[in-house]
Amino acid sequence: MVTNHIVDARAIHKHFGTLHVLKGVDLKVDERELVFIIGPSGSGKSTLLRCLNRLEEPSSGSIVVDGIDMLDAKTDINHARRRIGMVFQSFNLYPHMTALGNVTLALRKVAGKGRAEAEALGRAALERVGLAERADHTPGQLSGGQQQRVAIARSIALEPRVMLFDEPTSALDPELVGSVLEVMRGLRESGMTMIVVSHEMGFARNAADRVVFMDDGLIVEQGPPAAIFENPTQERTRAFIGQIQRH
Amino acid sequence: MSGWDKFVETFFNAKVMVKYLPDILSGVVVTIELALLIVVTGLGAGLALALLRSLAIRPLNWLIVFTVDLFRSLPPLVIIVLMYFGLPYAGPAPSGFVSTWLSLAFVLMAFSEEIFWAGITSIPKGQWEAARSTGLSFGQTLFNVVLPQAFRLTIPPLTNRTIAITKGTALGTVVAVTEILGQASSAMSNSYNPSPLMMGAAAYVVLFLPVVVAARWIETRFAWKR
Ligand SMILES: Nc1ncnc2c1ncn2[C@@H]1O[C@H](COP(=O)(O)OP(=O)(O)OP(=O)(O)O)[C@@H](O)[C@H]1O
Ligand SMILES: [Mg+2]
Repeated sequence: MVTNHIVDARAIHKHFGTLHVLKGVDLKVDERELVFIIGPSGSGKSTLLRCLNRLEEPSSGSIVVDGIDMLDAKTDINHARRRIGMVFQSFNLYPHMTALGNVTLALRKVAGKGRAEAEALGRAALERVGLAERADHTPGQLSGGQQQRVAIARSIALEPRVMLFDEPTSALDPELVGSVLEVMRGLRESGMTMIVVSHEMGFARNAADRVVFMDDGLIVEQGPPAAIFENPTQERTRAFIGQIQRH
Repeated sequence: MSGWDKFVETFFNAKVMVKYLPDILSGVVVTIELALLIVVTGLGAGLALALLRSLAIRPLNWLIVFTVDLFRSLPPLVIIVLMYFGLPYAGPAPSGFVSTWLSLAFVLMAFSEEIFWAGITSIPKGQWEAARSTGLSFGQTLFNVVLPQAFRLTIPPLTNRTIAITKGTALGTVVAVTEILGQASSAMSNSYNPSPLMMGAAAYVVLFLPVVVAARWIETRFAWKR
């Protein structure tokens, strides 16, 4: 499939049994773009993200990431996933490993690096998220914000072409949110393509290139942050923006 | 003779004990051999079944669950007796030693499969998703991320089960295995004196106490801060 976009998802449908969760979503993302996805709970934001790296199997549609057809049975999915970083709301660090162990596991097992090289790359990734001196701490010894930064380091160590964030700051105490957003801002400045599901409107306003509003399994409206937040054209978008700005 | 002296004379009779010490020691050797075989094969097979079950192949899982439930519900003695006295009618005639070994290994396999499986399923889905999203395969995730965490949870119930089932080696007396209890009870009937039984009991304590202590040590070693 020919495409100029680094992420090109077309007509994505997803059913969970009788539940129709994604009802034909198209999402194209340019290289170095930061796309924000917002929408009410249950609108399918997480499901869409999880379809992009095939943690969830779409019922139909096509997904091409960095030229790789993600839904082709011949695609080596593990190889493809290495190029798509994912950060979760609940961090999902491996509790039995140190921060460095978390970061180096896939470097050694997937990227095939030797121990020494993996550790050097792992330390560099931890350095980028400001946690070089926490390399030997286990997740239980780290704050939520530090854990999420280790999770980001675990992804970026593999040098992904795209990063997916599913509510990366939702589980954090308010005073810890800033450090994670800071790291995400740094990533953006380094040119990383990012798709972010989050309700951090302030961050969206000054960092996002585009805001996508989803409701009930469909993209209702999308555009630059200012347009979506200040002048939404759709009633549903207006209602949702009004709702979250009251909080 | 005081009551105490009579008690000692009966239960800790030095002459009897010296005479039957070699028998008890040979029983100890047999028990150790049996126990090691049961633990290695039983836990190995239990882990193998739990890993097979994680592949989520429906018919295979039904078979595993049926086998496991069967061996968990049958009394071990019944399995030993069936294997020793019943199996010869179908062809193979395992010795008492082999019957005891295989029967208890099957029982340990069944219980440990359930424990391993419970450990594997208790690991949050997010662990799988994080690992798979970095490109780790199913097997790599299982072995590097899930099993190390699952093992830590399984150690306490697993050691309890293993010790309980391994003590079942005493059931081997029924099919003429000369393990500790078998040696002790035949020595007891030959000498008309219960002292050999006391030696047997002491042998069990000497054998199993270190195992229990080691299990405790492993439990604390494998704990990590959450
Ligand atoms: N594995 C699953 N099995 C069944 N239903 C699911 C599954 N995952 C998600 N759903 C359902 O799909 C719908 C969309 O879920 P999704 O998590 O994508 O929403 P979301 O927009 O991310 O919501 P939130 O803001 O609450 O995270 C919900 O109704 C949810 O209950
Ligand atoms: Mg969600």
